[in-house]
Amino acid sequence: MTTQILFAGFGGQGILFAGKFLAYKGLMEEKQLSWLPSYGPEMRGGTANCSVIISDEPVGSPIVSEPDVLVAMNLPSLDKYEDAVVPGGMILVDSTLIERKVKRDDVKVFYIPATRLAGELGTPTLANMIITGKLIRECDAISYDHLEDALHKVVSARRANLFDANLNAINCGYQYE
Amino acid sequence: MAEKVLMKGNEAIAEAAIRAGCRHYFGYPITPQTELAAYMAKRMPKIGGVFLQAESEVAAINMVYGVASTGKRVMTSSSSPGVSLKQEGISYIAGSDLPALIVNVQRGGPGLGGIQPSQSDYYQATKGGGHGDYHLIVLTPASVQEMADLTSLAFDLADKYRMPSMLLADGTMGQMMEPVILPEEHVNRIDKPWAVTGTQMQRKHNIINSLYLVPEELERTNFERYERYAQIEKEEVRYESYMMDDAEYCLVAFGIAARVSKNAVVALRAKGVKAGLIRPITVWPFPKAPIAEAAKHVKAFVSVELSMGQMIDDIRLAQNCEKPVVLCNRAGGMIPDPAQIIAAVEALKGGND
Amino acid sequence: MAIVFEKPKSLTDAELHYCPGCTHGIIHRLVADAIDTLGVEGRTIGVAPVGCAVMAYNYFACDMVEAAHGRAPAVATGLKRSLPENIIFTYQGDGDLASIGMAETVHAATRNENITVIFVNNAIYGMTGGQMAPTSLPGQVTQTSPYGRDVATAGYPVKISELLAALDGPEFIARVAVNNVKNVRNAKKTIEKAFRNQMEGKGFSLVEVVSSCPTNWGMTPDQALAWIDEKMIPYYPLGVYKDKSAEEATK
Repeated sequence: MTTQILFAGFGGQGILFAGKFLAYKGLMEEKQLSWLPSYGPEMRGGTANCSVIISDEPVGSPIVSEPDVLVAMNLPSLDKYEDAVVPGGMILVDSTLIERKVKRDDVKVFYIPATRLAGELGTPTLANMIITGKLIRECDAISYDHLEDALHKVVSARRANLFDANLNAINCGYQYE
Repeated sequence: MAEKVLMKGNEAIAEAAIRAGCRHYFGYPITPQTELAAYMAKRMPKIGGVFLQAESEVAAINMVYGVASTGKRVMTSSSSPGVSLKQEGISYIAGSDLPALIVNVQRGGPGLGGIQPSQSDYYQATKGGGHGDYHLIVLTPASVQEMADLTSLAFDLADKYRMPSMLLADGTMGQMMEPVILPEEHVNRIDKPWAVTGTQMQRKHNIINSLYLVPEELERTNFERYERYAQIEKEEVRYESYMMDDAEYCLVAFGIAARVSKNAVVALRAKGVKAGLIRPITVWPFPKAPIAEAAKHVKAFVSVELSMGQMIDDIRLAQNCEKPVVLCNRAGGMIPDPAQIIAAVEALKGGND
Repeated sequence: MAIVFEKPKSLTDAELHYCPGCTHGIIHRLVADAIDTLGVEGRTIGVAPVGCAVMAYNYFACDMVEAAHGRAPAVATGLKRSLPENIIFTYQGDGDLASIGMAETVHAATRNENITVIFVNNAIYGMTGGQMAPTSLPGQVTQTSPYGRDVATAGYPVKISELLAALDGPEFIARVAVNNVKNVRNAKKTIEKAFRNQMEGKGFSLVEVVSSCPTNWGMTPDQALAWIDEKMIPYYPLGVYKDKSAEEATK
């Protein structure tokens, strides 16, 4: 089984960080995986994105062009990638920042007001982790296991105080209905 | 067994180089290889090594030349425009028969080009690059694991054959993270009696030099060097063959293009099309024999490249144009997707049937 | 019979290829004398340039590396960073050091790289047959300034010692000449100091040696030595331009 995930949003929304967290989670679960960031002008042009592939088999191309899961954290990202999602796939939308609905009817869609919830938690920069929490909940290929271990890998020791905030955000998304 | 860690390709090169005993790194900032220099800047001072940000790529490669003259393992890294600047120094290093590692994390060109991944420095890497008759051993990683493993190998081969080696990667390989098992610490201690370390008044002075004003002498050094190259072509070719046993269509691709091509092979096989892949791991020496062997049973080759078609020449030559070779490419920082490769093979199939 | 004069041990027996009357021979000898005096031949590595001194690697008895044009300070940086206990020197001409290698020169100096640089300024490209150098004087006739160096189009000569002395980095910058006995004696002392500085870990020490090129200046050796006094030294005044340790000691 192979799950191709595309995180997309503005630079600064923690797109790469959320992807890295899932990549580490895959590593802890002894899965095959790859993580590939966009770099360069695209970051300035509006969308930053990050391809994460988690698989039971060796990963071929690390570029996700037809995602099983799309995390859209701004409108340009949804506009750009909505049509690329495979039929039967999943789209997670930050509904605080994206007002429109997903047009596709052959994919599962989850609207999470991640940016608003992050603000309410007092950690406005962690919308990325809230939406990731929801992804973990809804995506069969990704379990809740090893979550804290993976988080320890991406939250550097220097910023250990942010660990609880991140965990809190993930759980908030995980429990969001 | 060693622990699997998650690393960016650029960082894996740096750590593998350190574990291969490299304690001297010289570079100049350029995207998309900056993580490599940053890693070295952080680590080298802690292990008694040298990280130096040179005033230019030109200076950096000449600092490499200096350290290589002393017989120690040394490297530099850059991306396409910066590697062009290093060509003079690389020619001197080759002409002085010195081992050193040059890493090129390629980006689109020509000129300032772009910063997205590319393979358009293939000619430069495999056909010499600078002035004069010479080659580099050129290794092309297709995973973060290979970024590490081939770095070790590149140092060993450079020492063994007394010549510069190059890791020819691209922006994707540099930027992506994958699990990697880092190579064990090792130093391939080959005796280097030619190195300049001071005579200690024990021997005649050593001279590191590429100047031979007597043409007969210069010719002799060239012939001797090419004898070594012939040995390398015989003994150091590396490639991966994927689903080639019964293949009718042979994709040839390296680096990121090979990763995408593998997906295409799987998809084509699922459709009943007998596709296979030859992935050169060394592009100099080029895996001529497996290509020639494949030509006996395939209907055609597809050269999948992130360039306007450079490796395609070597595929044609390797099999004396016996079977047609078509190009499936993107350029300027774009990457072909599996669908494009599948379409290219299906178009060939249509032509054949 | 007592030996009163002999060739320095740090020079090989190879016959120098320099033109009659050229002062490279003197400067080679002064460098070799310094290495002998300090007793460091066994741990010295020299870097030869591209230019007239390109084959210096055959003349110095220590280990030698031949660098690409202008890159000697970068090569020396690599050597020194690899072998900090060794004595590393470069021997460069004006085209090599002050034109094509300007960036390497300035940056090795500003890093205070602990090396010794011998800079031979003879105001011309000798090996290629007498073209205008970065240090050719205003009005000087060369193959590529046949009507005399026109500062309006070719710019002014580069005064390396003054330029480098303006940097915070380097330890020692001095200009000497080798056109008479007094100047040669001073040059010998200065070159020795530039090597001693390195042994003491003080850092980048450059000695600019105002030199002659009778062949390409179109003069006899005597005329050339006189021309140094008349034309070169007024434009390139001799002296110590920077001596960081001495300056700090007097503070």
